[in-house]
Amino acid sequence: VTGFDYIGKRLVFAALTVVVAVTLNFVLFRTLSGDALSALRCRQCTPQFKAYQRHELGLDKSKWVQYRMYLNDLAHGNLGKSLRSEQSVTSELWPSIKNTMPMVALGTFFSIVLGIIVGVITAWRRGTFVDRAGLYSGLGFYSMPPQWLGLLMVLFVAGALGLPTSGIKDPTLGILGDASTWDVLVDRLRHMVLPALTLGLVLYGEYALIVRSSMLETLGEDYVLTARAKGLSNWAIVWRHGLRNALLPIVTLVALSLGYVIAGTITIEYVFSYPGVGLAVVEAIDQRDYPILQGAFLLLTLSVIVFNLVADLLYFRLDPRVQT
Amino acid sequence: VSATANPVAVEDVQPAIESRRGLLRRELLRNPQAILGLTILGIFVLLALLSPVLLSQDPKTKVGSVFEPPSSAHVLGTDGGGADMLALLVGGAPVSLIVGFAAAAVSALIGGAVGLLSGFFGGRTDVALMRLTDYVIVIPDVPLMIVVAALFGRSLTNIILIIGAIYWTTTARLIRAQVKSVRERVYVKRARALGAGNTRLIGRHILPQVAPLLIANTVLLVAYAIFAETFITFLGLGDPSLVSWGRLIENAFTDDAILNNAWWAIVTPGLCVTIVILGCTMTGQAMEDALNPRLRVGHLSVRRFRLRPLEGRLDSE
Repeated sequence: VTGFDYIGKRLVFAALTVVVAVTLNFVLFRTLSGDALSALRCRQCTPQFKAYQRHELGLDKSKWVQYRMYLNDLAHGNLGKSLRSEQSVTSELWPSIKNTMPMVALGTFFSIVLGIIVGVITAWRRGTFVDRAGLYSGLGFYSMPPQWLGLLMVLFVAGALGLPTSGIKDPTLGILGDASTWDVLVDRLRHMVLPALTLGLVLYGEYALIVRSSMLETLGEDYVLTARAKGLSNWAIVWRHGLRNALLPIVTLVALSLGYVIAGTITIEYVFSYPGVGLAVVEAIDQRDYPILQGAFLLLTLSVIVFNLVADLLYFRLDPRVQT
Repeated sequence: VSATANPVAVEDVQPAIESRRGLLRRELLRNPQAILGLTILGIFVLLALLSPVLLSQDPKTKVGSVFEPPSSAHVLGTDGGGADMLALLVGGAPVSLIVGFAAAAVSALIGGAVGLLSGFFGGRTDVALMRLTDYVIVIPDVPLMIVVAALFGRSLTNIILIIGAIYWTTTARLIRAQVKSVRERVYVKRARALGAGNTRLIGRHILPQVAPLLIANTVLLVAYAIFAETFITFLGLGDPSLVSWGRLIENAFTDDAILNNAWWAIVTPGLCVTIVILGCTMTGQAMEDALNPRLRVGHLSVRRFRLRPLEGRLDSE
């Protein structure tokens, strides 16, 4: 099997998965839930109006025709309209995506750096007090519900650090004259810190455990023994020979987890009222706004598929021995 | 010089053949992590079982004022409805644990069945079932749970079934790999040659071999399921009539425990969840380690941690 075949296989699989995901998305929301109109709280609607709406949305056609219409709409980037605001789902979700991305990036960056440092040190100092402390802190954060950790942050950390605990923008900013770009940036960052820190700590627990076990495996390899016999310093062995090789599984696992991270921010954003994709999902549940929920679900599924593909390709790039 | 000259010596050298189950028990009892994990689980299961006896009245009964700080009358204070926090925690234990164990059982059942069939029959069955598994793995579990809970209503049974229907994929893969190797062992082939049917082969010769691994995996699944319950409930999609730890976290949030600075209402339920999940993770991992023969050969750990990004699930096999 050549590299080209491998990449081709992964691409075909990803494409097939997208088809399955899209179909599932259609089936869940159309076939199983009845139609969107019965879910919409529409007290004053006359039966005529409902019939008209149903016809407009194509809900009176057969499921197969509806499915084809849905695919056609998707191909044109049309995810439907929000039941609440009558705006298109894409325009409703886009600002949320833009808010979520930097927050997730900050949290993930923090968790990767801290996870690698703690994971490497615990593996290096295996069996010592430092190792046990690192291991149990990792296991501890790994076991905490993120929403609960977020609440703890609001309770105990926000006050001490003087950080805002909700929203994305200080309401008083820009009232007294125009705020400078710098002020706006700082304000955004201050609102981002706590949700990002919560996300980062939950992920940190997991990453530290992964790095630790991967490092332990690597440090047991023969070439590490050789490096030691050559008289290299511990520092050089751990960082240059150990981590370099241990990074392989770490990189793929992190890439794989990223797809789920966005889904995982749902409760965190809810706790901090941070207007991202997660909060959009929560509001959509609250208002029974199914088109938004459907759009967000599709988006999250696609992000998982994309990151899965990235992980596969990265793995191949980093380790050409992969032959599956 | 040769050992065969003295049959007694040979007998001494040969290690006693031990059953897998016996081995598991011995390894677990030697592992402090497993003992700690099992103790935690034991205490909480006991608490949940005794909960109807311990509680003299409905835990939601108003017994004091709103968000009363811990005192001698209410050791852990009261919640936003004036109910005793300790009573709520004890009352919530059975629901949280039932969701955890039942959902884990559902997914162990599905995953075990898929893995067994796939690994045992191979061929087209294997391809079809593994393809299905591949697809289910990429569906983001948490959003799916939300969607299904939002569309189908919020009873406890629904929550258990949703969680169970999502988390079976790792189990299926793990069991499949194990079954594939067990199937090729000589004793299974011998049994087949003696005329044993598929049902007998699976039930009598293969299942007992993979059962310990399935149990270890199920213990880990309990942790995921309890986690998922807190998550669904937090978004207001839990069963509204029941008290669970997830619900207590949600109540604390929606009743503005933060504004009232009522840390006792927030900290305690989450702590219970964290401790139980820690117990499950430690026990499950210790069991998997004990069952992994590679760990006894190598001089360094080869254990891998399963990814559980936030509420997500993914296998690192």
